[in-house]
Amino acid sequence: MDMDSARDLAPPPAAGRCPPLASAELAGWGRVPRRRGALAAPRDAAELAALLRAGRPAIARGAGRAYGDAALAAEGGLALSMHRFDRLLGFDPASGTLTAEAGVVLGDLIRAMLPRGWFPAVTPGTQYATLGGLIAADVHGKNHHVAGSFGAHLGWIDLMGADGEIRRVSPETDPALFAATCGGMGLTGVILRAALRLQPVESGWIREETVAAGSLDAGMAAFDAAEARADAPPYSVAWIDTLARGPERGRMLLHLGAHATAAELEGRDPYATPPRRSLTVPMDAPSWLLNGLTMGAFNALYWAAGQRRAAAGPRLTDWERYFYPLDALHGWNRLYGRRGFLQVQSVLPAAPARDALAEMLDASAAAGLGFLGVLKRFGPQASPFSFPRAGWTLALDIPAGWRGHELADRLEAIAAAAGGRFYLAKDARLTRSRFEATEPRAAAFRALRQERGLAGRFASAQSERLGL
Amino acid sequence: MPLPPADSPVLILGARSDIARALAHEYAAAGHPLMLAARDPATLAADCADLALRHGVTATAHAYDALDLGAIAAFFEALPATPRVVIQAVGYLGEQARAEADPQEAAHVVAANLIGPAAALEEAARRLAAAGGGTIIGLSSVAGERGRAKNHWYGAAKAGLTAVLSGLRQRWWREGVQVLTVKPGFVATRMTEGMDLPAPLTDSAAGLARHVKRAADRGRAVYMPWKWRLVMGVICALPETVFKRLSF
Repeated sequence: MDMDSARDLAPPPAAGRCPPLASAELAGWGRVPRRRGALAAPRDAAELAALLRAGRPAIARGAGRAYGDAALAAEGGLALSMHRFDRLLGFDPASGTLTAEAGVVLGDLIRAMLPRGWFPAVTPGTQYATLGGLIAADVHGKNHHVAGSFGAHLGWIDLMGADGEIRRVSPETDPALFAATCGGMGLTGVILRAALRLQPVESGWIREETVAAGSLDAGMAAFDAAEARADAPPYSVAWIDTLARGPERGRMLLHLGAHATAAELEGRDPYATPPRRSLTVPMDAPSWLLNGLTMGAFNALYWAAGQRRAAAGPRLTDWERYFYPLDALHGWNRLYGRRGFLQVQSVLPAAPARDALAEMLDASAAAGLGFLGVLKRFGPQASPFSFPRAGWTLALDIPAGWRGHELADRLEAIAAAAGGRFYLAKDARLTRSRFEATEPRAAAFRALRQERGLAGRFASAQSERLGL
Repeated sequence: MPLPPADSPVLILGARSDIARALAHEYAAAGHPLMLAARDPATLAADCADLALRHGVTATAHAYDALDLGAIAAFFEALPATPRVVIQAVGYLGEQARAEADPQEAAHVVAANLIGPAAALEEAARRLAAAGGGTIIGLSSVAGERGRAKNHWYGAAKAGLTAVLSGLRQRWWREGVQVLTVKPGFVATRMTEGMDLPAPLTDSAAGLARHVKRAADRGRAVYMPWKWRLVMGVICALPETVFKRLSF
């Protein structure tokens, strides 16, 4: 019952035998939808290949940090937990290139590489996602406008196809498959390993400044002003008060950041950061805990605190608190209670963005349900299926319930009308028709899946819902 | 008894298991170089690279067949360094139904959980004593505390391993060999995948490894999760007339 080195003693496994299958109820980070389905956790490439060759439609699953159903098995399909593929394989300090298995958790990668002076060139807002998940969602960071998305920093990807063969795809060897795998939501094969170019940093600290902007227009202007500065900081993201109304609608705190130099640490070990004090949400909160009143009060307090920080000037913040503030509260998704929550994240082309953003914020404040809002500007990016493109991206967290779905539908309609598109890593509810209307790229993605023998073999609950 | 210094080598037998992998990280994080042993050492290459990169220690892979009793001395002889900590993580759950029907399978369960692992520990204890002392960590199981219909061959083998570890402790403590018997309950590992385990009684391999390393560092003789001390205390106290009627 206690150990599992059975395979060391059992008769030698026939090449590629299947590991045990479990039936598990899975959900994404938003905790809706939930689905019961087959789950396997292969220990090596041979077992993974055997599972794929058995023919069930499969989807790789990393840490389960996509919000919706991107890593849930399709009907009759199989979810492949990649948690045993969690090894760092090699590092070349000359080029800053790290090779690692897909199940490596980002925070573990950082803890191994930061003391050597290296940091991911792009990081999302959680350190608990896996390398494979970061690639599949082609995540963006607060520095997208200068660094692009995660895929821009990959040398190659080892991808296992439905035939169980491993192909090393790179922008040189197979540009089409490589580009479609970045942001391809796991639908182009199982990501096994990748080579990732890191950025050199002199410390584990971020020089952070806060700018308080009292309205949407002032906030958007503050992004412009920060980017125009001679010492423009690479990181910028705004917390936006989604419940403020009237002249204060869209008031925001713009958090700017740059990696601090060793000199700024004044002789301290530049890579040493204080241990994180974290709390855990032990159980589902009652669903009424987060409501318009409590969140309105929270937002007012947070806004007031942000104004004080803005007045206090630049300060040094360690990497965990700067990049991953929500990670300090383990299981924060449980604050929404059993109903779970939705996030609508869209990107809007720059020109119509302002009015659409205003409309979305009005809808959120009127419903009293948009609880957490984050605004960020993207730089240009042209990819076959990735989310980012030049413009503004707004993410809104909404409790799941019917009124939440009503608001989400309204927000989606506004974004779609403004020429926006949606982030599949967050999506749990887009309809096929709205997806088609906002994703002219879907046809080419489908065609590539057909051509490479991937259609029908790699599928998730999400791909089924969207008709991919 | 003094702790083995942080630069002393650790040998892990049965290194592919989830618990063994978690223990490797615990010891590597404390600075110990590692020798990992499994039947096919090629399958350990990625683990060695990972341990070296994350923790800055050397890690090497070695071929070890727990059932090859004649090869034990040569295996230890061929190691690149003399270990000061030896972790025995080999185990085989098997299928009770098969073990009941097929004496060969029953014998295999006993060989894989008791005879092979214990024979290697005899050799390890001699060598640790000759080197001036060290630590043996043997992964046994709560299944060895009382025979159950569900897995009595596995339980019998683990009961035997627990007895051997106890005997080794008594035999070698004067020569500076510390023996830690580990009796995990349910652990979410490859061995238990697909089983419906009660979440409150199920540990993670990483959590178990943390506790095992701490128990070894403190010179404990037995490590058993406290929840399982309670559970097994009750189970072992039941009279046979009651126990036989239970169906867990």
